[in-house]
Amino acid sequence: MDLSFSAEDLAFRDEVRAFIADKLPHELSERVRLGRKLTKQDHEFWHAKLNEKGWLAPNWPKRFGGAEWNAIRRHIFDEECAMAHTPRIVPFGLTMLGPVLQEFGSEEQQNYWLPRILSGADWWCQGYSEPNAGSDLASLKTSAVKDGDHYVVNGQKTWTTLGQYANKIFCLVRTDAGAKSQEGISFLLIDMETPGVEVRPIELLDGSVEVNEVWFSDVRVPVGNLVGEENKGWTYAKYLLTHERTNIAGVGFAQAGLDQVKRIAGRVRERGRSLLENPYFAARLATVEIDLMAMSTTNLRMLSKAAAGQAPGVESSLLKIKGTQIRQELNDLARRAVGPHAMPFASEAIEGVNDAPSDPFDAGAVAGKYFNMRKLSIYGGSNEIQREIYSKSLLRGTS
Amino acid sequence: MNFELTEERQLLQDSLRRFLSDTYGPAERRGEGKDIMPGLAELGVLGAFFTEDDGGFGGSGFDLMVVFEELGRAGVIEPLIDGPLLCGRVLAELGGEKQRTVLEEIMAGGASLAFAHSETGARYDPDWVETRFENGALNGHKSVIAGGGVASSLLVSACTSGAPDDRDGIALFMVPANVPGVSIRSYPLAQGGYGADINLENVTAYEQLSDQAFPAIEQALAGATVAQCAETLGAMETALSMTRDYLGARRQFGRPLGSFQVLAHRLADLMLELEQARSAVILAAGHLDAMSPLRDRYCSAAKNLIGRVGRLVAEETIQMHGGIGMTAEYDLGHFAKRIIMADHRFGDTDYHLERFIARSA
Repeated sequence: MDLSFSAEDLAFRDEVRAFIADKLPHELSERVRLGRKLTKQDHEFWHAKLNEKGWLAPNWPKRFGGAEWNAIRRHIFDEECAMAHTPRIVPFGLTMLGPVLQEFGSEEQQNYWLPRILSGADWWCQGYSEPNAGSDLASLKTSAVKDGDHYVVNGQKTWTTLGQYANKIFCLVRTDAGAKSQEGISFLLIDMETPGVEVRPIELLDGSVEVNEVWFSDVRVPVGNLVGEENKGWTYAKYLLTHERTNIAGVGFAQAGLDQVKRIAGRVRERGRSLLENPYFAARLATVEIDLMAMSTTNLRMLSKAAAGQAPGVESSLLKIKGTQIRQELNDLARRAVGPHAMPFASEAIEGVNDAPSDPFDAGAVAGKYFNMRKLSIYGGSNEIQREIYSKSLLRGTS
Repeated sequence: MNFELTEERQLLQDSLRRFLSDTYGPAERRGEGKDIMPGLAELGVLGAFFTEDDGGFGGSGFDLMVVFEELGRAGVIEPLIDGPLLCGRVLAELGGEKQRTVLEEIMAGGASLAFAHSETGARYDPDWVETRFENGALNGHKSVIAGGGVASSLLVSACTSGAPDDRDGIALFMVPANVPGVSIRSYPLAQGGYGADINLENVTAYEQLSDQAFPAIEQALAGATVAQCAETLGAMETALSMTRDYLGARRQFGRPLGSFQVLAHRLADLMLELEQARSAVILAAGHLDAMSPLRDRYCSAAKNLIGRVGRLVAEETIQMHGGIGMTAEYDLGHFAKRIIMADHRFGDTDYHLERFIARSA
């Protein structure tokens, strides 16, 4: 056992820090720290900076233009980015679709689509969930029927994150209505500017608009946009989900969240005393910090087990559950810390309207974020589904 | 022992529930509805906040519980606790001619008052007031005052002598909202309705109601705490009833969600915590007129328990709904926000745990 980073890893960390300090405008990192809404341009700006450096696709192989970092490097990178409040890497093209195309796409598809993900020519979104296919994703009904050299797509997707910014969507569609639920599904790439595609925003309880419904009415998609084989989409989707979970523990986000709670609590006074000196609050804070210290190491242990560049297997379920619990607990602490100042409604602050409520602790929209982050245990396979996956693997062969 | 409502309270509960189910829906919960105050006054809801001696026909903890549980069930956003209840009960405690006139207006649904007491430096402590009254002028800053932007008059607390934590130096003033020196910044609140930050700079247009107001403020805050707990109890009932219905109706993997044992057991846990919450509110309501340490002990017990159960109910009902529970369009989010934000009013879970321990010593 050796718990310290190597000299090379530490040098890499310094390089990441220097890069962020050089390229990330303070004004942008402040908006990230305070939970304000980021524009499409904000994301594109940061993607472009990372792409210039060759760091936009940490988990892609070098031959596709990725950084091909091992688990330790990715961990260091994620943590430094979160602590410095950089915009996150929008995962749909880079973390989700990219690996699927690299594994299952044709050479032609790889050559065309992958560079466009890196350059920002395409902004991808994910067309998986449907109103009646949430946790039970395989019951999805959006259909794609072959008509000459096109598929004709009809149906509705939902919870499509940042679909309002996207020009492309990768979808799971049903190509064989007669097959068993998981067997008639295909993986299809769709240009959102095709006639018949309609995006409708969904407002969330914190006033944010980040998810959408996407409707398809007789949308004609070239057959060349099918990834891999017809009716094998479920296999690709599962592969994608394991990659979606490479940073599923969100250790860096949690670390940044912990720092933020400490910073806020250090500013809050009750009877002239800092909230950090309140034993009840201090106990809550210390408990989460203890959990986070352990999770950070759990995360590194699990990632180290997986081969370099590969996603962990069933351990990713464990990491998702524990990671989301800790992040949600930290969001809960942030709203507790500000006391009555949690009540002013977040959405106005997010939009940056002039008559936004006062923010005496420089805390940002903590209550809005608390409510928004309830999504962590719902999306990407709810924590109930993760427990199902994890427990099944634990009990396999016992009965 | 008898846990049944009296006939009068049962009638009040029934008529208020009917009134709200007829008049109060999603649009009203978004603040797009008509004024319900005249209707509430007519039903006698506002009179139920006050004793017969003060011209009302209620005023006990159980009267408050019946009313606010119903308001909570319907997700009512009007600041009834902060305006009529809190301001009214402070005025009733203080007594006097002027106060009596305003009380009558409150019960008729006419007075528009906000309780401008809390300050950033106080956090949840009611006996920490930095706003000063010196040389005939008020100076200071009141923060996150519910209804502060729409009230025509403010009840402003200020320190006349000593340090901010000198209870004996806390005086109370009635200040019209539109006089020179008063500036108000109003903003929406997460639970619905509006709050305001109020700045007072050399305000000289006021009426001093009392130079020793803290006992009245403390007494009125106990009533507000019981009301807040009862309101949250009602909101939790609605959130849980929506969740129960959803688990029955929503199908995944070819069966209703409620048939999955892990979800069924969690619903059972939530329902038993709801019963615990009801008992805690009943205890607090029943001790509202007790002497201070005993009263405070039960109030803090209820607020602490409701804070803990409330978080569990809000988070679990959203989780069991999945994505739909996260949307603004679906009502559950409104109730979840009211339940969580209740923990930020009149002392949170930890504040009342500490206070319970102090009052138990």
